[in-house]
Amino acid sequence: MDLTLTDEQRLIVDQVRRFVREEIVPLEAHLDPDASELPREHRERLTDKVKAMGFYGLDIPPEFGGPGIDLVTRTLMAIEMAQHRAGLYAPCYGVFGGAGLAQLYEANEDQKQRYLYPTLRGEKRGFFGLTEPSGGSDPARAIQTKAVREGKDWVLNGAKIFISNADKADYGIVFARTDTSAGRGGITCFIVDTDMPGFHVRRVVHTLRSTHYATELQFENLRVPEANVLGQVNKGFAIANDRLSRQRIPYAAGCIGVAVKAQELAIEYCKLRETFGAPLSTRQAIQWMIVDNEIDIRTATWLTLAAADKAERGEPFRTEAAMCKLVASEAGGRVVDRAMQIHGGYGMTKDLPLERWYREMRIRRVGEGPSEVQRLIMARDLIGGAFH
Amino acid sequence: MAIRLEKAWLALDAASVRELPGQLGVYQIAEADGTIVYIGYAGGRSLFGLRSEMARWLERREGKPTRFRYEVNMQYISRHQELLMLHVADHGALPAGNADIDQRKLGRLSPI
Repeated sequence: MDLTLTDEQRLIVDQVRRFVREEIVPLEAHLDPDASELPREHRERLTDKVKAMGFYGLDIPPEFGGPGIDLVTRTLMAIEMAQHRAGLYAPCYGVFGGAGLAQLYEANEDQKQRYLYPTLRGEKRGFFGLTEPSGGSDPARAIQTKAVREGKDWVLNGAKIFISNADKADYGIVFARTDTSAGRGGITCFIVDTDMPGFHVRRVVHTLRSTHYATELQFENLRVPEANVLGQVNKGFAIANDRLSRQRIPYAAGCIGVAVKAQELAIEYCKLRETFGAPLSTRQAIQWMIVDNEIDIRTATWLTLAAADKAERGEPFRTEAAMCKLVASEAGGRVVDRAMQIHGGYGMTKDLPLERWYREMRIRRVGEGPSEVQRLIMARDLIGGAFH
Repeated sequence: MAIRLEKAWLALDAASVRELPGQLGVYQIAEADGTIVYIGYAGGRSLFGLRSEMARWLERREGKPTRFRYEVNMQYISRHQELLMLHVADHGALPAGNADIDQRKLGRLSPI
C-alpha cells in the first residue's frame, strides 16, 4: 500500500485543517469546556461554509447525494476534524453533516421514503439500539428483547442501555429476538417510531463524558408494523455486525486526531516550560515520552489508513478494522496521558482540553466493542473457527 | 441513584451563598411556593463554580425567587439536560427562566 498522499488528498487535508484551526478552535474559547454544541448562528454559518467547500455529508453514498470522496481520504479528513477540544465525540460540532444510520441504505424503497430521505434532509433523527443490560459485546447471545408476531404487527418487550440520541430521535433501529432457539439466527432488525405507545426513555446514563450522554430504554408492548422489519426476519445479526465493522475505522481516526493534537500541545509546552534552569524539552524523560507518543500515533495512523484502503478496495477488512480500532483507542489514551504528565498540574485543569480527552478517550477502549472483543475478532480470523 | 434533584431547599441570601462550594454542578431556583423558575449549571468557565453562579442570582433576583438547591456534579451538562427533561416530564413545560431553550433539541424522558 502506498501511503503517499496524492495532491488532491493533500489539498483536502489542508483545507480541513485550516477550517478546524481558523473556524472551530477560536469558537471553543467562548464555549463551556465540556460543550458539544455550537450556538445556532455559528452552526448554520459553518455548515454553509462546509457545503460551499463541497464536503457536506461526507459519509453519504454519492448515489444519495454525498460528495463521493473515497474512504482513505475521508479517514484523513476525520483525523483532522477531531483536532479540537470537542473533537473526539463531536468532530467540528457536526457541521460536516451526518450520513444517518448506515443500515437504512439497505432498506426497501418504502422505508427509505419514510426514514432515510427525511434523515438526509435533516427532518428526522434516528438512533441505533443494540446493547442491552445483559451485554453488548456478544449481541447474538445477549439480546433478550423479544419480538412476537401478532397479526400484521410485531410486539416488542425488553430494554436497551447505553443508547445515544434515543431521547431526541424520531425513530430507531432496534434489534430483538424473534426466535429464542436460534442464537444469532434468531435476531431481527426493526425500525421503531419513538412516538408509539410503549416506547420509553427511562433515564439518562451519566458517564465520564459530560455531553453526548447515553440513555436506557424500555419497550412495553411496543407495536411495530411488519413493514418496519429492516431486511429479513431472523437475519438481523448480519446487519448489526456489518455496521460494527464499518464504524471502527472512523472511530479509530477520531482517536488519532485527538492524539495528534495532544502531541502538538505537549511539544509546544515542553519547549516553553523550564525546570531547574532548562526547558523540559532537554530532559530525556520528556523526550522519550514525546517519541513514544509519535510511535503510537504513526502506528495507529498506518493501521487505520491500511484498513480504510482495504475497505475502499472492497476486500474483507474485518481484521484490519478491529486492529486499527484496538491500536488507535489504546494508543490515543497513552498519548493523552503522557501529554498530561508533561503539562504537570495544568494538564489536569479544564483550562486545557487534555482532561476532557483523557475522560473521553477512556470510553473509546470500550465503545464500539472493547479491546478484548477486537482481539477475539482478530483471533477468529487468524486461527479460524467460531467463538466459544 | 435518584434522578430528580431532591436536596433540601436553601434560602437565596448572602449567608447561604457565602457557604457554597466553588465546585461545578447543577442547581434549581424556585419561588417561595416551590415553583421552579430556572434550572442551571455552574460550568467549567465559572470563576467560583456554584458560589459565583448563586452570587449572580442573588444580585439580579429583585425580591424573588427566594430559594435554591444544588448538586455538585462534574457531569454538569448531561445532568442539566436530565433535570430539564425531568421538569418537562413532570410539569409539561420548561421552567419560565429556561423558555429560550429549543425544546426540539431537548430529549424526552418518561421516568418511572
